[in-house]
Amino acid sequence: MTTEAAPHSNVPSAATAHRTGAAPGAPRAVVRPVPPSNDAGQGSNGDAPPARRRRLPRGDLALSPRQRVKSLLKHVVLIAAAIVMIYPLLWMLVSSFRPSDDVFRAPGLWLAEAHPENYANGWNALSSPFGTYLLNSTIVVLGAIIGNLVSCSMAAYAFARLDFSGKKWMFAAMLITIMLPIHVIIVPQYILFSQIGWINTFWPLIVPKLLATDAFFVFLMVQFIRGIPRELDEAARIDGAGHPRIFLRVILPLMTPALATTTIFTFIWTWSDFFSQLIYLTSPDVFTVPVALRAFVDAQSSTDWGSMFAMSVVSLLPVFIAFLIGQKFLVKGIATTGIK
Amino acid sequence: MSALAELGNLGKSSAARPTKGAPNGHRPKATRPKDNRAAFIFLAPWILGLIAITVGPMLVSLYLSFTDYNLIQDPNWIGLDNFTRMFGDERFWNSLGVTLTYVIVGVPLQLGLALIVALALDKGLKGLAFYRSVFYLPSLLGSSVAVAILWKQMFGTSGLVNQLLAVFGIHGPGWISDPSTALGSIILLHVWTFGSPMIIFLAGLRQIPTMYYEAAAVDGAGRITRFLKITLPLLSPIIFFNLVLQIIGAFQSFTQAFIVSGGTGGPSDSTMFFTLYLYQRGFGQFDMGYASAMAWVLVIIVGAFTAINFYASKFWVFYDD
Repeated sequence: MTTEAAPHSNVPSAATAHRTGAAPGAPRAVVRPVPPSNDAGQGSNGDAPPARRRRLPRGDLALSPRQRVKSLLKHVVLIAAAIVMIYPLLWMLVSSFRPSDDVFRAPGLWLAEAHPENYANGWNALSSPFGTYLLNSTIVVLGAIIGNLVSCSMAAYAFARLDFSGKKWMFAAMLITIMLPIHVIIVPQYILFSQIGWINTFWPLIVPKLLATDAFFVFLMVQFIRGIPRELDEAARIDGAGHPRIFLRVILPLMTPALATTTIFTFIWTWSDFFSQLIYLTSPDVFTVPVALRAFVDAQSSTDWGSMFAMSVVSLLPVFIAFLIGQKFLVKGIATTGIK
Repeated sequence: MSALAELGNLGKSSAARPTKGAPNGHRPKATRPKDNRAAFIFLAPWILGLIAITVGPMLVSLYLSFTDYNLIQDPNWIGLDNFTRMFGDERFWNSLGVTLTYVIVGVPLQLGLALIVALALDKGLKGLAFYRSVFYLPSLLGSSVAVAILWKQMFGTSGLVNQLLAVFGIHGPGWISDPSTALGSIILLHVWTFGSPMIIFLAGLRQIPTMYYEAAAVDGAGRITRFLKITLPLLSPIIFFNLVLQIIGAFQSFTQAFIVSGGTGGPSDSTMFFTLYLYQRGFGQFDMGYASAMAWVLVIIVGAFTAINFYASKFWVFYDD
């Protein structure tokens, strides 16, 4: 970048234009008199489509020494902030390998000797091995993912593509349910599910998802479908396809990114969800990971920090992996709809 | 681009006048008949959910809020008793105060930090993807039981924070066990999860046409002027959107307070969030009528905050269209 860049040329070379998607731009100059250069932010983002925007190649050569010091300072500050942000998590990871009485003497990240037995102790600390809770959480999460994918995509197709009576108020109702506190429905829901004998089963956590109650995903998918050219389904319609076929054969394959976003968010949220799992799952053999972790804290009365952190790490690991795999979709999903 | 334009639109149209049912201007002319039958089939799960899981329970909870109900005996109509009892219930007012403090202190701090970091990350920064991930990760994990447990340790008497302070010779208090600092520790946890509004800000910043800045720079506008006259106005719909969402979310916080205080809301009720008190009344003491009444108070408060937000937005949110 530094050598091939012609700092003051307005025409990017083919090579640099091609790389805009991936190549991070040079640190930004504060005032740049040459107009088209300030677009770097567009291209430097990893998930922007490559070569979407023209960007003036700028190398470090383009920077005056003062600017270079400034950008260096910026990185120093940002790295310091990043360390502060991530420190508690790293410390938890390191502490999960420490003997419990050491946890209180070591603010640093240095691990003199690893004690993996914390993991074994934590794993077997409750009435069932921790694997049972991981399995329970997995069942709930899979059910929720399938439910959200099927029901939300169907509703979204109707809202984005079909014309029907009462559409406006139904769409409004859907948006309002996004903002509705769960507490206003949890008591009657609990009564309802307890009357059909669903307490201590996974149904209360899965069935609502089959009924598209996670309205943010309906909203996310509506936004996405609106971006798909209508000509595609018009063409299919002319070929004689009905709505089910258009939905399954045209729209659904095109909305894979939105489905991926939904999958990852459902995974992370359901995995971490505590309130409803705490309410519906009271018997230890159906505990999911968050509820089991809480029971662990109560049982240990905060003494065995080593194995407590070990199980905390185990409980966060799936979320972390989902984050690594689905980062692109997470970022897009947030940017599109503002959901967390 | 269009996604973000829609995002701006959401701020305007979702709750205030949610009439954007039809997709952006591509609505077919009235030449085609309505697809009522197909629409009903596609919407069947959602409609069923709306009735059985959302609206039905809402009506029942409204009814229960006027009753005395303990899950065993039949609900007993007591009129406004639950609400009048609330007036005399010190713990109720305390929980309201705790939650309001959390929202009013926590949300602006979190959004302010999100905006500052987003500004620092904007415009062709090397390693953007790395920084973004690191700053975003806590907001994904922040609502989990595991992180709440970590927080409980960190701010304990001999926890990580005090160990770090001891390095500088400062003897810190027991943050979690002291009523004056316990809530602050949980607010800090909230601020720590600034990653998701930060990403929304980043997306918003990228939508601001750079020619505005160029023109301003040519006119000799300084950095601060450009921020105040270009960035802030053009970002105001996004700020507004984040504000509405984060306030609604913060009012409903539960896990952090529950785990950090061991379910008690202590010390001295200093972390007794509204939802935690609701949980205790409903699922601890099976006072379902009172819990339902509290839930409706929460809806009214959140609704009022949202409405005030929308009203106030007329004066500071700028739509470029």
